[in-house]
Amino acid sequence: MNRALRLIRRRLIASIPVLAIVVLGTFFLLEAAPGDAVDAYAASLGGDAGLNADLRAQWGLDQSIWARLGAYLYALAHLDLGRSVIFSRPNLEVILERLPNTLLLMGSATALSFGLGSLLGIWAGAKPGSLRDRVLSVGSLALYAVPGFWLGLVLIVIFSVQLRWLPLSGIETIASGKQGLARAGDIAVHLILPVGALGLIYLALYLRMMRAGMTEAWRTDYVLAGRARGIPRQRIVLRHVARNALTPLVTMLGVQSAAMLGGSVVIESVFSIPGLGRLAQEAVAGRDTPLLLGIILISAVVVILINLIVDLAYALLDPRVGASEGQS
Amino acid sequence: MTLLRTPTALLGFAILFALALVALLAPLLFPADPLSIAGPALLRPFQDASLPLGTDRLGRDVLAELVHGARTSLLVGLAAAATSIIIGSVVGTLAGFLGGILDEVLMRVTDAFQTVPGFLLALAFVSVVGPSLPVVVFAIALGAWTGPARVARAEVLSIRERDYVAGARAIGMHPLKIAFREVLPNALPPVLALSSVIVAAAVLTEAALSFLGLGDPNRITWGGMIAEGRTILRFAPYLSIIPGIALVLTVLGVYLAGEGVVEASAARKVRA
Repeated sequence: MNRALRLIRRRLIASIPVLAIVVLGTFFLLEAAPGDAVDAYAASLGGDAGLNADLRAQWGLDQSIWARLGAYLYALAHLDLGRSVIFSRPNLEVILERLPNTLLLMGSATALSFGLGSLLGIWAGAKPGSLRDRVLSVGSLALYAVPGFWLGLVLIVIFSVQLRWLPLSGIETIASGKQGLARAGDIAVHLILPVGALGLIYLALYLRMMRAGMTEAWRTDYVLAGRARGIPRQRIVLRHVARNALTPLVTMLGVQSAAMLGGSVVIESVFSIPGLGRLAQEAVAGRDTPLLLGIILISAVVVILINLIVDLAYALLDPRVGASEGQS
Repeated sequence: MTLLRTPTALLGFAILFALALVALLAPLLFPADPLSIAGPALLRPFQDASLPLGTDRLGRDVLAELVHGARTSLLVGLAAAATSIIIGSVVGTLAGFLGGILDEVLMRVTDAFQTVPGFLLALAFVSVVGPSLPVVVFAIALGAWTGPARVARAEVLSIRERDYVAGARAIGMHPLKIAFREVLPNALPPVLALSSVIVAAAVLTEAALSFLGLGDPNRITWGGMIAEGRTILRFAPYLSIIPGIALVLTVLGVYLAGEGVVEASAARKVRA
C-alpha cells in the first residue's frame, strides 16, 4: 500500500500549518481573556497578592507575551496543555478521559445519518420526481431545520417522560455494577435518544446528496445502455446508479465531522453525557479558559485525524485517487 | 414570476414574510414589557383568549415573548450571515486576486477555521469576550465565513483572467482597486447563493448558544425560552416545545425560499 502511505504523509504535512494556526489562535484568545490562570485559581481557592505574584512568577505569567508564547509552544510540544482550574488536574488528562464518550456519540450518530440517509436517498433516487421522492426531500429538509437540542428535549418528553421507555439522561446507570455485555447494553440504551437527536438532523444531508447523485447517474450513457440491454430495473438501481452515487458521500463524512463534533456539544449538555462537549460547557461555566482552549485544540486534532481516515477510505474505494501522485 | 411558481418556495416566502412582519410590529402588537407578569403562572396554551399560548413559570405571556424573540433570531441570523459573507468575500478576493504567498497564508487560515468545530469556536469566543448581541453575531460569523471565502476565491480566479481586468491593469489602476471595484462585484452572485444556508445555520447557532446561556442576557431569545422551559419539562413541556416550533418554521422558511431562488435562477439560465 505505497499509495496509502504517500497519502498519509502528504496529509500529515499539509496539516502542520493548519494546526500551527489553530495553536496561535488559541494562544491569542487565551491572552484576550480577562484575567489569567492565577486570577482563576485565586477566585476558586482564595489567595493574597503576595502569593499571586509568586504564582505568576512560577507559571511564567509575569514575562512578555513572546516569552509566554514560547513557553506555551514548549509545553505543547511536550503534550502539556496546562492545568485545569476547575478540576485541578492536567487538561489533557481530563480531555482524553471525556473523548471516548463523544467519539461514541459522534460515531453512532454518523452511522445512523449515513446509513439511513443513503438508504432513503436510494429509495427516493430510484424514481426521481415521484411522490415519495418529493415527500422525502421536503421531509428531510424539515428535519434539517430542527435544532438538535430541541429534538433531544422533544424525544425526552415522548420516550422518557410520557412513555417511560428510555432513560432520561447520562451514559449509563450510575453504580449499577454491570460488567461486560450487560454494561454495553446499558450504554446502548442510554445512547438511543442522543444518537437519534444528533443523527436524524444530519440525515437530510446524505439523503439529498445520494438522491442528487442518483438523478445524475440516471442520465449517463452506461445506465441507458444497461436499460437498452434489458437489465432488470432493480439491478440497475443498485448496481449501477446507487453504487456510483455512493462514493462522493464518503467525502461528506470528513467534511461533516467538525459539524458533528460541534453538534454533540449541545446534545451532551441536554442528555448530561460526560463527553467533550459537556466538558466545554463546564469550562465555560467555571471560567476555565485554558481547559476550553485545550478542548478546541484537541477537537481540531480529532477532525484532522477523521479526515485522514476518510481520505484513506476514499482512496481504497476509488483507485484513481492518489494513483498519479508518485512523481510530484 | 418564476420565483413564486413552485409551491414550496411560495410557502418559504410566506413564512419569512409573516415572520418579518411579526418581528417588525412586535412593539406595536405587544407594547408591554414581554418580561412583565401578564397572568397566573403556568397557564396552558389555548385556555385563555387573551393569553393564547399560555404563560410561563413566572406568569409571563408566552406569545409576547415569542414575538419579541423573533426579533433577536432574525436580527442575529441576518447580521451574522452578512458579516460572514463580507469577511469571506474580502478574504477570498484578496487570496484569489493577489495570489502567491498571501493566497497560501489566507487559505491555510481558512483551513484552520474549518478544522475547528464552528460551534466550539463561537462558544469559546462568547465566553472569553462576554455575551452581547454584536459579540454573538461575530462569534457565529467566525465559524461561517470560510464557505463564502472559498467560493469567492474560486470565482475570482476565473474572473481575473478576463479582458476587462487586463484592461484595468493596462490603464494603471491600483491592484486593490481592481480587486474590489471590478472583480469582487462580479464574483458575488455565487457567494450570495450561499446566503440562505448561512442564515439558517446562524439562526440555529444563535439558538444553541442562548440555550447554553451564552446569548445576550438583555434580550429574549427562543433558545433561552427553551432552556427556561427545560427546567420544568415534565410539568409544562409546551414551554420548550412552542419556541422550538417557531425555530423550525423560521429555518425551514429560509431553506425553502433559498431553494426557490436557486431553482428560479437555474431555470432562467436554461431559457437564456
